[in-house]
Amino acid sequence: MEHAVQAAVSILFDGIAYSMVLFVMAVGLSVTMGLMGVINLAHGAFAMAGGYLTVTFLGNLGLPFLPGLVLAVLAVGAASIPIEHTLYVRIYNRPHLDQVLLTIGVTLMAIAVATYAYGPSPLSIKLPAFLETQVGVFGRDFPAYRAFIIGVGVLAFLALWAGFERTMLGAKIRAAVDNRAMAEAAGVNTTRLFTLTFALGSALAALGGALAVDLVGLTPRFALQYLVLVLIVVSIGGFGTIMGAFAASLMIGVIDNAGRYLYPEGSAFFIYLVVILVLVVRPGGLFGRA
Amino acid sequence: MAAPESTAAAARARSVADAFLRRRDDARLVEAGFWLVALAVPIALPEHAAFGGQVLIMMLFALSLDFVLGYAGVLTLGHAAYFGVGAYVSGLLSAKLGWHEPLSGLVAAGAVSAAFGALSGWLLLRYRDLTLLMLTLAVSTTLFELANTWSSLTGGYDGLMGIQIAPIFGVFEWDIAGVTGYGYVLAVLLLCFVALRRFTVSPFGQALRGIRENTLRMRAIGAPILGHLTLAYTIAAAVAGIAGGLFAQTNNFITMDVLSFERSAAVLTVLILGGTGRLYGALFGALVYMLAADWLAKLSPVYWEFGVGLLLVVIVLLCPDGLLGLYDRVRAAFGGRAR
Amino acid sequence: MRKRSTSWIMPLALLAIGAGAPQAAADTVKVGVILPFSGMAADVAQSELRAMKLYYKLHKAELGGNDITLIERDSKEPSGATAQTLTRELVVQDKVDMLVGYQFSPDAIASAPFITQAKKLAILVNAQSSYIPKLSPYIVRLSASSWQITYPMGPYAVDKLGCKTAIVGYTDFAPGRDVAAAFKAGYEKAGGKLVDSIAMGGPAQVPDFTPYLQRIKDEKPNCVYIFTPAASFNAALARTWRDQKLAEAGIRFLGTGDVTQDSVLPQLGDNAIGWITGGHYTADLNTPENKKFVAAWYKEYGDKVKPDFFTVQGYDAMAAVFHVVKTLKGKIDADKAVAALKGWKVNSPRGPIMIDAETRDIIQNIYVQKVVKKGDSLGIEVIDTIPAVKDPCKELGVGNCGAGSPAKK
Repeated sequence: MEHAVQAAVSILFDGIAYSMVLFVMAVGLSVTMGLMGVINLAHGAFAMAGGYLTVTFLGNLGLPFLPGLVLAVLAVGAASIPIEHTLYVRIYNRPHLDQVLLTIGVTLMAIAVATYAYGPSPLSIKLPAFLETQVGVFGRDFPAYRAFIIGVGVLAFLALWAGFERTMLGAKIRAAVDNRAMAEAAGVNTTRLFTLTFALGSALAALGGALAVDLVGLTPRFALQYLVLVLIVVSIGGFGTIMGAFAASLMIGVIDNAGRYLYPEGSAFFIYLVVILVLVVRPGGLFGRA
Repeated sequence: MAAPESTAAAARARSVADAFLRRRDDARLVEAGFWLVALAVPIALPEHAAFGGQVLIMMLFALSLDFVLGYAGVLTLGHAAYFGVGAYVSGLLSAKLGWHEPLSGLVAAGAVSAAFGALSGWLLLRYRDLTLLMLTLAVSTTLFELANTWSSLTGGYDGLMGIQIAPIFGVFEWDIAGVTGYGYVLAVLLLCFVALRRFTVSPFGQALRGIRENTLRMRAIGAPILGHLTLAYTIAAAVAGIAGGLFAQTNNFITMDVLSFERSAAVLTVLILGGTGRLYGALFGALVYMLAADWLAKLSPVYWEFGVGLLLVVIVLLCPDGLLGLYDRVRAAFGGRAR
Repeated sequence: MRKRSTSWIMPLALLAIGAGAPQAAADTVKVGVILPFSGMAADVAQSELRAMKLYYKLHKAELGGNDITLIERDSKEPSGATAQTLTRELVVQDKVDMLVGYQFSPDAIASAPFITQAKKLAILVNAQSSYIPKLSPYIVRLSASSWQITYPMGPYAVDKLGCKTAIVGYTDFAPGRDVAAAFKAGYEKAGGKLVDSIAMGGPAQVPDFTPYLQRIKDEKPNCVYIFTPAASFNAALARTWRDQKLAEAGIRFLGTGDVTQDSVLPQLGDNAIGWITGGHYTADLNTPENKKFVAAWYKEYGDKVKPDFFTVQGYDAMAAVFHVVKTLKGKIDADKAVAALKGWKVNSPRGPIMIDAETRDIIQNIYVQKVVKKGDSLGIEVIDTIPAVKDPCKELGVGNCGAGSPAKK
């Protein structure tokens, strides 16, 4: 019995760590899709960029872990601004098909560039010593890196939630998500807001990608592989809500992990069945406005 | 308002409307050109017959998507689901049940895909936009995982082997150059094209366009939206299933690839390349896409996906109506009659 | 950037100086190369092609009056559809004399009927599903079969490593299931107790291995035997193995040679020290043949990437092509070519290899390899050799390897 409890705690802990990576990757997409109504399938490419830049900063440039990570995230966020100005503005009012295809095209190009620059082999990063140890939590030992990820995820959630609910900027974003025209009428510069939100979303995606490198490894195909998972999180959680992304990530991460422990052969499906179930019962997602 | 019109007057009005639709969408002489060229390929370029057959299959698959996307306005990220169902049905019929007759295998593929399309359409088409998009993706990825889990049946990643197809009508043997296959696929493509064409010019097709353009108004005039959409989706699924069946029969081998997201994305690319909402867009888009992919792969095997990605971005930004839309605009610019 | 291979035609003048060169125009043998130059296995394909070219460079004088041209084509996705189309195209359009390649098993499985119909020799550079040579009389395999690598480790684990209980973990697709079946068969036959068989996610994307390793930890076997198909999986596995502290739990790690392939060893980190795998090649193999090969490889391509078993598979495939061209003096007839390879023996960098005349599959040594620290980096120490292993799947007639064509099943 004690054994079962121990196993359950391990699964929960690891599931939550995995969820936090998903959350950080997906929350940016939830906000941009909810705010700008644009389907951005290139979101995975931004996550991948975060991963690769982290590899370069930590590996080739020899920066220490945290500064390298932060720099990579900021770099992707900054780089996304000109991309938004040149490419994305043109598709904001286009039919969904156009958005889907343009962003898939961007993703394919990003994969090819990554293959050219870094090669198709998987890359990894060297974690600092303090993250390779074990951490004692409630009398049990857990891998420090996963505890770190959970910490980052929860911090990100709290910061975003506070930002959205408590600041003026957050209020403007919420207003624009609810009704862009009205927000404009009330004097909100939605164009600048879009750019800012897009940059924030991309930076968060990059953070997620960087964190994922040590978890699951990094290859150029990362952009497409994690796209589906991120889309699932966003649609289950509801577009444009931070709480939704958080809840959905937790659900997906823990269920996926538990499924793989209990039914290794059949686990892949559970996720998709959950998607169908949730969307049929609540088409707008758990926390979305249908 | 005046009393309801007499049935004779109503019938006259309807026949005028039908004639208008038919005249507007009637076959033109230039179309015959396309089909004649298609027929000439295996004669003029017999070494490329096998590749040509695959191009024709992609054309059929794209036609099915155009019907549901270009005419009914339903954007789906999981159309490969129906292609895959059709492929596995005809594959399994031959490999596991020992039924090698091609035409009946094709009919079975279409029928099962249609049934699946009807069921999933009826469940999913109540939703719109992003929810519908995610649901279509979820359906096809679930099927993909299912095919992997049932690998004892489907062969999983190793693929389904042992598909052997009997000669067509007992007479036409399958040759390695693929000429027989080409003729077979071309015939099926033509038949399906004619059938889809009839659907698009019919009042049903008009209703679909109406739903695509303005759902609210259609609802206001009492059109059965879900019913129409489901019917369109079912027809599209049937045709996609037939394309999948052809794929299994001409390749004698399929893997879970037939259900993959990449396949759904490829057929979407084909449509935007050629132009949606006009059946020939699917045909031209498929031709250009397959040729470009093949040429790019030979040119630079490692980086062809950069080319495809760039192509997508350029098409979406510069000619979102696709190549045929571009052609229309050029013709209009030179004083031709706009469609 | 891949470019189309240009034809290497040697000047006839050189030949005239050599003794007994034929006077007629030199026969250029066209070899179609079908490998996935794009996609997940691109670096493996590149490594195999480079090995082929290296062999050509080192041995081209042996060709006498003939020459070999490689026509490279990208087989892209692992489903086999493109490989099959390419097989047909290379035969019908480019009129190749033989085919070499087929990285993934579906590539070979899909192409087999056309290989037979076209009557062309097809040399497998990888494609390790055990029953593949049965699919066509013109297929000859120069790589390995999954049963050949895995089955002998079962008895070895019981007899030499003290594994009374074990769990097998594998990536959930056909090659993985193959490995699981092979290990179970060999291990249980030797008296071991297989406690569990765990499918660890699909091959499309690297999973988080934690729940699977957690399950293994909870079931407390003596040993675990694992197969994962590619470098990214192995690296993630090593990290999770460290994080979950399975070594501390007293569980010994065993695996297929794929898990410790030389090109990826550096990425496994010190977490992998002590791991034992069974495979058919390691760059650290201490034979004169291998030392020469590795030196030539480093000289030609730099010493940043070690050659691994994929590399040597490509190298030996080219050796087979050379043998056929030399034996048939450039006039390639498929039946004669296959006959020339049946029973062919050579001292490859991986040790003595032979093509089984009955099955057209490869017979080779399986090395029990241990990951050790060599100076600053990781290396392999060969602690044992299981000599001249024939593919057990076909020997025992298991499943698809059994009597009759698997296509009919």
